[in-house]
Amino acid sequence: MVFKKLTFKGGVHPPEHKELAEEKAIEVLPLPDYVIIPVQQHLGAPAEPIVNVGDEVKTGDKVCEAKGFVSVPSHASISGKVSAIEKRPHPVGGEVISIIIESDGNDQLSPSIKPITNYFDQDVEEMKKQIQNAGLAGMGGAAFPTHVKLSPPTDKPIDTFILNGVECEPFLTADHRLMLERPNDILEGVRIIMKVLNCKRGYIGIEKNKPDAIALIQQLVNESGNQLTVVPLNVKYPQGAEKQLIKAITNRKVPAGGLPMDVACLVHNVGTAKAVYDAVSSNKPLYERVVTVTGKGIKEPKNLLVRIGTPFQNLVDFCGGTTEDTIKIINGGPMMGIAQYTLEVPVTKGTSGILALTKQEAKLSEPEPCIRCARCVDACPMTLLPNTLARLIEYKMFDEAHKLGVLDCIECGACAFVCPSKIRHVHHFKYGKLEVTKMLKSKAA
Amino acid sequence: MENKFFVSSSPHITDKDSIPKIMYSVVISLIPAAIGAIYFFGIQAGWIILLAIISAVVTEAGLQKLMKKSIQVKDGSAIVTGILVAFNVPAEVPWWIPVIGSAFAIAIGKIPFGGLGYNPMNPALLGRAFLLASWPTRMTIFQTVPRGGTLSGIDAITSATPLNLFKQQRDIILNFTNDPAMTDKVESAQVALSQLYDSYVNLFWGRIGGCIGETSVILLLIGAVYLLYKRYIGLRIPLSYIGTVAILSWIFSGTEGLFSGDPLFHVLAGGLILGAFYMATDMVTSPVTSAGRYIFGIGCGVITVVIRLVGGYPEGVSYSILLMNLTVPLIDRYTKPKTFGKVNKK
Repeated sequence: MVFKKLTFKGGVHPPEHKELAEEKAIEVLPLPDYVIIPVQQHLGAPAEPIVNVGDEVKTGDKVCEAKGFVSVPSHASISGKVSAIEKRPHPVGGEVISIIIESDGNDQLSPSIKPITNYFDQDVEEMKKQIQNAGLAGMGGAAFPTHVKLSPPTDKPIDTFILNGVECEPFLTADHRLMLERPNDILEGVRIIMKVLNCKRGYIGIEKNKPDAIALIQQLVNESGNQLTVVPLNVKYPQGAEKQLIKAITNRKVPAGGLPMDVACLVHNVGTAKAVYDAVSSNKPLYERVVTVTGKGIKEPKNLLVRIGTPFQNLVDFCGGTTEDTIKIINGGPMMGIAQYTLEVPVTKGTSGILALTKQEAKLSEPEPCIRCARCVDACPMTLLPNTLARLIEYKMFDEAHKLGVLDCIECGACAFVCPSKIRHVHHFKYGKLEVTKMLKSKAA
Repeated sequence: MENKFFVSSSPHITDKDSIPKIMYSVVISLIPAAIGAIYFFGIQAGWIILLAIISAVVTEAGLQKLMKKSIQVKDGSAIVTGILVAFNVPAEVPWWIPVIGSAFAIAIGKIPFGGLGYNPMNPALLGRAFLLASWPTRMTIFQTVPRGGTLSGIDAITSATPLNLFKQQRDIILNFTNDPAMTDKVESAQVALSQLYDSYVNLFWGRIGGCIGETSVILLLIGAVYLLYKRYIGLRIPLSYIGTVAILSWIFSGTEGLFSGDPLFHVLAGGLILGAFYMATDMVTSPVTSAGRYIFGIGCGVITVVIRLVGGYPEGVSYSILLMNLTVPLIDRYTKPKTFGKVNKK
């Protein structure tokens, strides 16, 4: 099959800065003294604590239980004693009920974690249960519960699975390193996912700025005889956005307001694929992940294997701390990540990176009036009119903004990145989407 | 808490371009043509440009100070307006013409609407339109002979600019071809026209009469290439504009029926290159959508040719752009791109 135009319309080319950490092999971060496990690390209903203060827990023990279908449990990431259950700052914003576990330093593994022989022959429903029980949520950032994505309604079968190894956010290299260092686990995860979906066609999308990963995965795919196609993609942000990735690889367009399954596609991040393998092959819950700690503000950028719930401070300290001129700490990448006001927030399932930006990089200029240069229009991967939408929202004309499709915005930040007037489009859009959603709810009621 | 971090919405990095960078690049792109103006028309052209810039900057700063607004002249947009006003007047205008033109452009065309980004029409062109309406003779009489050339670009006739000459001669041919008494005149008009059509080289270099900044195609193109390279202008508007003028003038501008016109002459003559690359592409007053820009360029082209061939003025670039400026909100509304994955539901 020939891929003619392996890309999408719009997009931008921010400086990549992958060089800071892409050569750094994944290191294991020493166990923290305590971890903070928020009950909400996923999209959907928050989980419910099932431990009490004073309880002893082992690594991998469930500490909060999923509430409903669109929800996942979380697990202790170290062994020790539950010291508090209280609200703590959360890297995605606000404060969330969290279970604090003081380490006993032994890292005793829960007995439920053990290799399963013939795991691949298990029943599909059993596998899905394992995946939910392991607390899997998308590890690319949005943290949507994995088992939900793996349970499409019967009238919407999935014929194409896409493994997202694009990692288009500048600076971040966690997925890249994972592909280089754990490729077999990832590919086995893909095999499991495709079995669960009963899906025959699989693609692995990787941006061309990771030639070593492309070559390695291609080689392993060839050796295994898997029916997978490795697709080297043009480097353009946001190539890793689900809809843009599907468009580039399959030329299918996910309908506005729809989901990938509407075009019979499903996308999972490489980290999630590895976690699926861990969950199905040994019942290992998602209690650790790879996090890139990088940016000009970090003295020694690294890729770290980190227990979920480890405070950012530990990671930053392990990387030599921040430089004097660091003014911004971001959970995630520079385009879509969330700025933090404290390093006392925990690594969660969706934390792909911790980025420290210096004064010079994160300069925030006063917005100037829009000069209608239309760069945002050309950059928008959703073919919206960002300049018009931003102005409508500024004037609180939410009805109009809704008509122009503000809810279709994926908040990729391409518009605000290219804007010569430094207008903070995404800031407006986040607010606008909130208000439009409220408006629609009150209309429906 | 020892660390104090800055918190804001994503994205946390931005491109390095800014409004001043764009505006000063436009200024740089206009320098070759400005130097050309001084070379061809003498130092008086330099004074006109300088006065127009000063007038624009002073007017903008003064009004903003008067209204107790932040003073924004540093962004360079007033300088661009000043230069473009100067480029749109003949070389022999008195000193107060560019001053009034620039002041009008800023004080009426830009500030009352809210300043940069909000003006519906290109301020410089509005300034020119005002000057043309107020002092029509001073704005349409071209006497300064360009260095190394003639007003018309040909040696035989030296009294008019190429487009003026074209209009006069074409009218003679169209009106008197069957009039035996006028045979001589018609014949000499035909000779003049054919000479005019052979004067591409003069048009290209700028050895012709006209407003000071519009005559030299090559110098304007050098600046335009720079802007294209910097991606501050796109090709959609200039190409559709110039293409439309070429096609329509080829079809309609001839004296021997349809398809006998000379498209190249119409592209090179008058202010088309200046208008298409520097004024129709003005970001503030042109559509933001891709399809809209083509429509805008085509609309400018149609109006330009209509004015040149049937209107009262020999030249139609500035009015065509001004008129199309007013259609931009409509164009933008009806050319809104379809949202990714949007299905038309009925």
